[in-house]
Amino acid sequence: MLELDLKEKGYDQRLLGDLNLQIAAGDRLALVGPSGCGKTTLLNIIGGLDRAFKGQRRLADPEPKIAYMFQEPRLLPWRTVEQNLRMVCSSRNQALDLLDEVALLEAACRYPRELSLGMARRVALARALALEPDLLLLDEPLVSLDPSTALRMLRLVETLLKKRPKMALVLVSHNPDDAVRIGAQLLEFDTATGEVLLPNNEKSASAGQLLV
Amino acid sequence: MDSRLRDYLLVTAGLLMVWQGLAVFVADPMLPGPLAVIQAIIHEWRSGALLHHLEVTFRRVAIAFVCAMILGGLLGWFMGRSQRANRLLDPLLVLFLNLPALVVIILLYVWMGLVEAAAVLAVIVNKVPNVAATIREGARSLDPQLEEMAEAYRFTRWQRIRDLWLPQLFPYLMASMRTGLALIWKIVLVVELLGRSDGVGFQLHLAFQLFDVTTILAYSFSFIAIVQLIEWGLLQPLEKRARRWQGEVHHA
Repeated sequence: MLELDLKEKGYDQRLLGDLNLQIAAGDRLALVGPSGCGKTTLLNIIGGLDRAFKGQRRLADPEPKIAYMFQEPRLLPWRTVEQNLRMVCSSRNQALDLLDEVALLEAACRYPRELSLGMARRVALARALALEPDLLLLDEPLVSLDPSTALRMLRLVETLLKKRPKMALVLVSHNPDDAVRIGAQLLEFDTATGEVLLPNNEKSASAGQLLV
Repeated sequence: MDSRLRDYLLVTAGLLMVWQGLAVFVADPMLPGPLAVIQAIIHEWRSGALLHHLEVTFRRVAIAFVCAMILGGLLGWFMGRSQRANRLLDPLLVLFLNLPALVVIILLYVWMGLVEAAAVLAVIVNKVPNVAATIREGARSLDPQLEEMAEAYRFTRWQRIRDLWLPQLFPYLMASMRTGLALIWKIVLVVELLGRSDGVGFQLHLAFQLFDVTTILAYSFSFIAIVQLIEWGLLQPLEKRARRWQGEVHHA
């Protein structure tokens, strides 16, 4: 679905090392590492938001639909929850179904100001799913949530993924346990070298999806 | 009655009483009291003159206002969004911001003659730079995170205008509409005084030649009342509606 052949990426210092990454339908991949190691940068490159890198990003034909859920919910503050979804949804029913899926149907008429961070993230997640993406990118969906809210969010992501087995996922997280829980293959970042490491220090991924 | 309205009426009544007291004390036709002014308003209303001149002036204000908001808004938007447009146009903007209204009015009358088009154009030329400067600030302060989100979710151009840009520009639009309305009607009076044969400014000109302070005040207050009505009837409800998402906002 998507192949990324990254030569190097850096601003004043080298941020990401060489990397060849292939994502196929149904893949679950987690970019794990401490903050500032370039996880979000890589996610931005995968998502096509960051085009300033050496290398190539190839998309399959027909072009896969990519939905990006940002770390901040980034909802339009002057639109209600439902209106925010309707910006992306094709119909009102789809918007309400998605809100039901993230258990926020009763918040449809609220403004983002009236939501907690956890709720706002769930709206953002619903909005991402509204695109009916082939590839879903989640940037730190659990960060700054209290433990019980984070757990609830994680379970929600698990459920949503089970219902959409063909959708590929790339998750950015600083916590490997979260990634393991949703069954994602880990892609760990080494801050010192900017290299991407595979579990057990393998040089290529078992499934043949990752070649570092 | 809510407390804001009560305070407003209290202040107005107080000022009127002070004014009437002063007028009685001075007892000079150069300072007519509020009652005399109200009588003059009624007199001018009955003769039909007041309504005619108010209408003419209001039409000029409305045309100039709409044109200045559209032109200034577009200009400010492009200057705020494009560094190149800003580099090219900024010296011109500074020049026009500092060009006295009177100079523009006189020049346009000289070049175009004492015609309606010159009058309205003079007002527009005076106002466009102010609107542009305000909207430019708004265009520069757009949230880059929401911009990126709109990019990622492939918002259409129309969605960007209606749901992303206009709500962010709204406070700047309101500010330039408020100052715009106040500035424009003042300039329209000068334009009318210098080169038109109708409108509130023209009537003020006549009254000035006769030192008829009562008529001057009658026309001035009538138009101030109209501007106040626009503020209450149009601008404030619009603002209230657009600010719903912020919840209850209490202005100082």
